[in-house]
Amino acid sequence: MTATDQPATDKIRCDACPVLCYIRDGQTGACDRYANRGGALVRTDPHVLLERTIRDGRDVVSFHDSGKDWDGRVVAGSGTFVTAIGAGTTYPDYKPAPFIVSSEVDGMDMVTVVTEGIFSYCGVKVKIDTDRHLGPECAPVRAGGEQVGHVTTTEYGSQMLSLGGVRHLTGGSKKEGRVTCETLLALCNGQSAELTVDGGAVMTISAGQAPVINGAAEERMRVGCGSATIGMFAKQWIAHVDEVVVVDDHITGVLSEHQAGKFLGVRDTGIKMKGHRSTPGRYFKVAHPGAGWGGTDLTDPLAILKPFDAKEAWPGLRMLMVSTTGEHHAYFELDERLTPIEMQLPPALAQSVERIKENCEPALTTVLFMGGAGGSLRAGVTENPVLLTKSVKQALTRVTAGGAPVYVWPGGGITFMVDVTRLPANAFGYVPTPALVAPIEFTLPKADYEALGGHMGQIKSLAEVARSSEARREPQVGDNPWPLDRGKAGRP
Amino acid sequence: MTARMQAALLPGGRLHLNDGPIDLIISADGEAVEVALALAAARGRFADILDELCAELPLLRAPVAAPPSGVIALRMWAATRPHAARGFITPMAAVAGAVAEEVLAAMTGAARLERAAVNNGGDIALHLAPGTSYRIGLIDRPDKPSLLGSAVIASTSAVRGIATSGWRGRSFSLGIADAVTVLARTASEADATATIIANAVDLPGHPAIIRVRADSIKPDSDLRHRLVTCGVGPLTPREIATALAGGFAVAQDLRRAGLIIDCALHLAGETRVPAQTELLEAVA
Repeated sequence: MTATDQPATDKIRCDACPVLCYIRDGQTGACDRYANRGGALVRTDPHVLLERTIRDGRDVVSFHDSGKDWDGRVVAGSGTFVTAIGAGTTYPDYKPAPFIVSSEVDGMDMVTVVTEGIFSYCGVKVKIDTDRHLGPECAPVRAGGEQVGHVTTTEYGSQMLSLGGVRHLTGGSKKEGRVTCETLLALCNGQSAELTVDGGAVMTISAGQAPVINGAAEERMRVGCGSATIGMFAKQWIAHVDEVVVVDDHITGVLSEHQAGKFLGVRDTGIKMKGHRSTPGRYFKVAHPGAGWGGTDLTDPLAILKPFDAKEAWPGLRMLMVSTTGEHHAYFELDERLTPIEMQLPPALAQSVERIKENCEPALTTVLFMGGAGGSLRAGVTENPVLLTKSVKQALTRVTAGGAPVYVWPGGGITFMVDVTRLPANAFGYVPTPALVAPIEFTLPKADYEALGGHMGQIKSLAEVARSSEARREPQVGDNPWPLDRGKAGRP
Repeated sequence: MTARMQAALLPGGRLHLNDGPIDLIISADGEAVEVALALAAARGRFADILDELCAELPLLRAPVAAPPSGVIALRMWAATRPHAARGFITPMAAVAGAVAEEVLAAMTGAARLERAAVNNGGDIALHLAPGTSYRIGLIDRPDKPSLLGSAVIASTSAVRGIATSGWRGRSFSLGIADAVTVLARTASEADATATIIANAVDLPGHPAIIRVRADSIKPDSDLRHRLVTCGVGPLTPREIATALAGGFAVAQDLRRAGLIIDCALHLAGETRVPAQTELLEAVA
């Protein structure tokens, strides 16, 4: 038996990916993710509504099943916040932003303008808590062979990467742009990225997880530089040892010469260090950066010592050498010829090495998305975009990304940063330009919105949005402040 | 707007990559650094595969003729061309296997691996360093997977590709086989030959078989007006044997031509394997 031909008019073309499937009503495309429902292209990931739930309770609202009609649940005004996730964009934004929603907060009409912004000017700043050398500053960072960013300035206990940006997204080859976009997207959505640094490490990173560097998971970040470590632990050492060297790629500390040692009356030991002395007891560049002791390339710590000065040193002198994370350590005593001989670490010192480890925080990768809201995006919010910028600067308009708080960079435009782990799952998207799609919401009192030249005719009530869109309900993430609270700032 | 390409690490260090209709599960064994390099290479190569294929999609959806230009398209063309004389076939019959093969090649080109497998929805490309092997489970109905046998692929065997085809799977079939599993030298060859054999397991004109035009379901299917199976009613034991024999004859031809190494055909609970099969063990 053979099905009869169906009319050719019931199919639509899906432009979600380059396959460009024709999809018949009631069928899905080749990917099974996009479907034709009554002539409209629908997708399986619905619009996200944040719901304020009792923080400590288990009252987590389940996903609204996109396959079914709205269940008639009453949406309480200030308890629900419409995010821009899944709102869709109107790029180029000559039209008002997709959702301009009014909700009542404490008897005051609030307006939230919700749009998924397309960010060509965007990237991520990645902080990787490790002392391991990931690569020289400015070294290209690659994904799948394409440059997606570079190593930037090292911060305290952490290595920093700057990934993305308009030059890699649209300024290079098509593939460079594509790979950059995929890498940013993966990191923003909490997925992992495998990166290589020219002349440096191979790493697997994802936001909120420990980094995996050259195949080894990083556990801890250092407690401080070598000098700071001396300062913190000097008092615990002096009863058990004559000399301590804390090996660190940045500043290696030497107890007997260090201010802390002097203060505690530690006797000179005749130790002679290699490297450049900065101030007493603090040495730069004792070795090269690497995957060995304290982020240096050292495998034998004695390599940074010159022979002890016979005028000051004595046979039996006790010396601890330890890295800034306590991960590497060795204990030595000088023999008759003042040569350090490695011995078993005495229990009291083993305890202090443990203490260093304890004080090292878990190593994490953290990812901040940074992007600038362009003029056309702002035009989707008001008829006079600069007024929106001014209102944001004056903190009259609250900016959030998927309901998460953002930091708006001072100066011109609306360039903001947000911790990607504070957004609901899969909040970021992509357009083939290539550019990232990120949710952005502007919240302000209705009267202020009107004064800004807002698109008053486009305002919908919260109940309307909840009814008409295929919404996914999620609790607010972690301890994010509620976007509609008038809070301490006095204004939204 | 939503993410197009998706990448996620799964338990056991496996990498899941998805872009449009392509869905890969990748595993690699070796030193940690090498595995990291291989997974990075897989992701890098994967990034523009869909764009590359879509750039010459009309050619790939047409019966095999002049060679296309993309690397993956060429793999598809080479795997389907030997079958053009037998009847209708387009390079799309090998798309899944060819993508798996290409991603595997990117991985082994970038890193020294002990073993690696790229599984593209059941079409699998394998890498085996000397002395290693993979154990592969066999299912008869892709829509209700249950293990009915297993095969051990050792590095000494020539098998580096595995594919399964049948009308219950994700792609259309002209035949009625629940599943035809093929072991071949490459994933693209396995993909193309599994399709051909599954098409040949058939009972033309049988009233219990429901067929519809491929383009009535998917308007841009490469099978166009051809009738694809979307339901199989009760069959007698004799009919089952007849249908399996049709597919089996084609399989034996392909075996003699060296285009497949081993295969297993499943229909309505019955299984046929070649008499001197070495690889498919414990097949019910």
